[in-house]
Amino acid sequence: QTVGIVVLVVASIKLLHILGIINFSEDSVEDELELSAVRHRPEGLGQLEAQTRFSRKELQILYRGFKNECPSGIVNEETFKDIYAQFFPQGDASTYAHFLFNAFDTDHNGSVSFEDFVMGLSILLRGTIQEKLKWAFNLYDINKDGYITKEEMLDIMKAIYDMMGKCTYPVLKEETPRQHVEVFFQKMDKNKDGVVTIDEFIDCCQNDENIMRSMHLFENVL
Amino acid sequence: MATGVAAWLPFARAAAIGWMPVASCPMPVAPRDHRRRQDELIILNVSGRRFQTWRTTLDRYPDTLLGSSEKDFFYNEETKEYFFDRDPDAFRSILNFYRTGKLHFPRHECISAYDEELTFFGIIPEIIGDCCYEEYKDRKRENLERLQDDQEENKDVKLPHMNFRQTMWRAFENPHTSTMALVFYYVTGFFIAISVITNVVETVPCGSTPTQKDMPCGERYTVAFFCMDTACVMIFTVEYLLRLFAAPSRYRFMRSVMSIIDVVAILPYYIGLVMTDNEDVSGAFVTLRVFRVFRIFKFSRHSQGLRILGYTLKSCASELGFLLFSLTMAIIIFATVMFYAEKGSSSSKFTSIPASFWYTIVTMTTLGYGDMVPKTIAGKIFGSICSLSGVLVIALPVPVIVSNFSRIYHQNQRADKRRAQKGTNTGEQKLPKSACLLESQHHHLLHCLEKTTAHEFVDEQLYEQNYVEAVMQSFPAARRESVSSRDTATPTCCGRRSKRNTTLPIAALQPGVNQQGPLQELSAIHIQCADRPSRSTSRSKLNLKADDVGRLNCKGGRITTAIVSLPSPPALTTPDSDNLRGPPTRRPPLPSPGPSIQTTTSSANVVKVSAL
Repeated sequence: QTVGIVVLVVASIKLLHILGIINFSEDSVEDELELSAVRHRPEGLGQLEAQTRFSRKELQILYRGFKNECPSGIVNEETFKDIYAQFFPQGDASTYAHFLFNAFDTDHNGSVSFEDFVMGLSILLRGTIQEKLKWAFNLYDINKDGYITKEEMLDIMKAIYDMMGKCTYPVLKEETPRQHVEVFFQKMDKNKDGVVTIDEFIDCCQNDENIMRSMHLFENVL
Repeated sequence: MATGVAAWLPFARAAAIGWMPVASCPMPVAPRDHRRRQDELIILNVSGRRFQTWRTTLDRYPDTLLGSSEKDFFYNEETKEYFFDRDPDAFRSILNFYRTGKLHFPRHECISAYDEELTFFGIIPEIIGDCCYEEYKDRKRENLERLQDDQEENKDVKLPHMNFRQTMWRAFENPHTSTMALVFYYVTGFFIAISVITNVVETVPCGSTPTQKDMPCGERYTVAFFCMDTACVMIFTVEYLLRLFAAPSRYRFMRSVMSIIDVVAILPYYIGLVMTDNEDVSGAFVTLRVFRVFRIFKFSRHSQGLRILGYTLKSCASELGFLLFSLTMAIIIFATVMFYAEKGSSSSKFTSIPASFWYTIVTMTTLGYGDMVPKTIAGKIFGSICSLSGVLVIALPVPVIVSNFSRIYHQNQRADKRRAQKGTNTGEQKLPKSACLLESQHHHLLHCLEKTTAHEFVDEQLYEQNYVEAVMQSFPAARRESVSSRDTATPTCCGRRSKRNTTLPIAALQPGVNQQGPLQELSAIHIQCADRPSRSTSRSKLNLKADDVGRLNCKGGRITTAIVSLPSPPALTTPDSDNLRGPPTRRPPLPSPGPSIQTTTSSANVVKVSAL
């Protein structure tokens, strides 16, 4: 009988102690010091000036803005998505930002350094029409195999429509991206083989004056 | 849009080239950047210390002195710098605000000096970052209270025109104001002390008389004590009535703690007077006399410290309650254990669990009276465990609670403040607007996205309405489907505009189908669309080609949108009332396609972009 009581009491004391421990651990501070050990310094100004079509001053301005936002010198995908999402508050820009990130991250190392950033911008803002179209093709071609399939285009289209968000006029329907892709393929896929190659793409875009006009739209951005 | 992210806007706009090949409509024209100023350094000379920064840094906040042309008033032509005769230390944080977008409050700074600097430079203090906001608010409140106290003191001197009542009240509350008040203060204090001492001495045995041994003094010198009591109660009653008369709000005074203490202190005497003859209730009468001890609490009017103690106890009530609760738990556990452990032994004092409570309390508080002692071995084991844990459970939290008093007190206040701040801060989150050019560029970017997807941003309510309409729209579906079988899902880039011109192919529809008032996004921002003519011509050109698939689905789209606006509420009566919408020629009689409709609305067309 005594033994039973002893066991009971020990169990209850253990319980009490456990509760006590739980009570006292309220102010356990979880300090996760994120030491971003990765730092990146870009190549020299002269080299970048040679590789891109920006002037020295423009590179300086670009770098100052870049470094202000990303003091460590590189942008990882999360930060990239956050930054891009701030421009599209109504929708979900993360998918498209992911594709964009892959388009900028030319060496596929998971982060965009200032060189990648400035090379991409150089093409987009100062490149020839061919280069811009090639860049756009590269963006659409998710697996970078040289062909845009309908599935890839559908992913891209869905990502773009996601950025619009829910509250649109007219109401976004499920099949809207798919139909848009159909329209796109009907226009671009000349030989109707189900994929769009880079030559078909460039040819078709060059014949379309709307697209040509809009390619010049952002030339004075910087 | 945060200022830091503004640096990425050119990137976002450049990346928009990725949408161009898939866009279904032509893009709007980009806003022109008229200020093609190259970035230049500005020198700000603040009382001799020179700060330098880029001009664009200062231009981020055009609502402030440094961001607007107001700083030109301080421009010094000879030295080509802006000179401000202000405190350079405070200016550091102000300049950092421009650089980083966050305003910090330096701890060593005086709050009123800092406020003045902020006001001078046109920055509202509400945008102080979260890291410094509490500190700032605390200091500001302290300062305000100090100012108020100072003001009150000055007011006391400066207001001779108080009537008698107010003078009396002031005299009661602040004994230092006049000699009479001081005298009154000391007299009442003296009588409170007398009354308390009397109560105490009443019960002391006074020595023996021939009739009885060891009477308490109260029964020996009844008359003397009675006179003393009467005198004290007289004074207290008079004081209470005077306070009641002088109080600015009698109702509030009667509800306050001090007045209740007063009443409780003097009431037993009167009740005793009334009931002296009735022997039955003498027991109750005796109990009432206990309340006379409450007179000691009247001292709290005389002592600031007592008041603070009472207040802190009240505010720490939850912590004390928790301590009590955990103690009760421990007591119950140990009492149960001891009872069952001692159940076996004979002549055990542990007759029941509540009886064991007493043992547990005495042991845990390490008092150890020894009136109840365990006799069995198990009982002794558990008894020792009980006393050990008593030390832990009781002795440890006591200093913690003592130090918790101030911490919890401040913490509670801070939590309330934060809750109150959250309510106001979300409203005050409006940072000063960044430059209009940035906003227009952002809107242009969003507009391009709209054009790419051939859908427009609307706000929540309109979306709900449209959704409802779209659901209702599914009914007269048959006819529509035949016409617009291709493009039901992609109404157009010209959706908005053609809606206005829409004609009704279905007879059932009301005329004046163009906007119901609510569908017009009156809260939206309007951007002039400069490329209207080209668009209408291109659209008209395309409309003639029936087989142009890839381009604007205007034809089908028009019909679709016409039907969308079918269940128009009565706001139809004024189709032309919206001046923003452009020319009034909006009711062509037939569903005739093509250019005629488009071109009539070509002038002064306003494209709406939802406010973002």
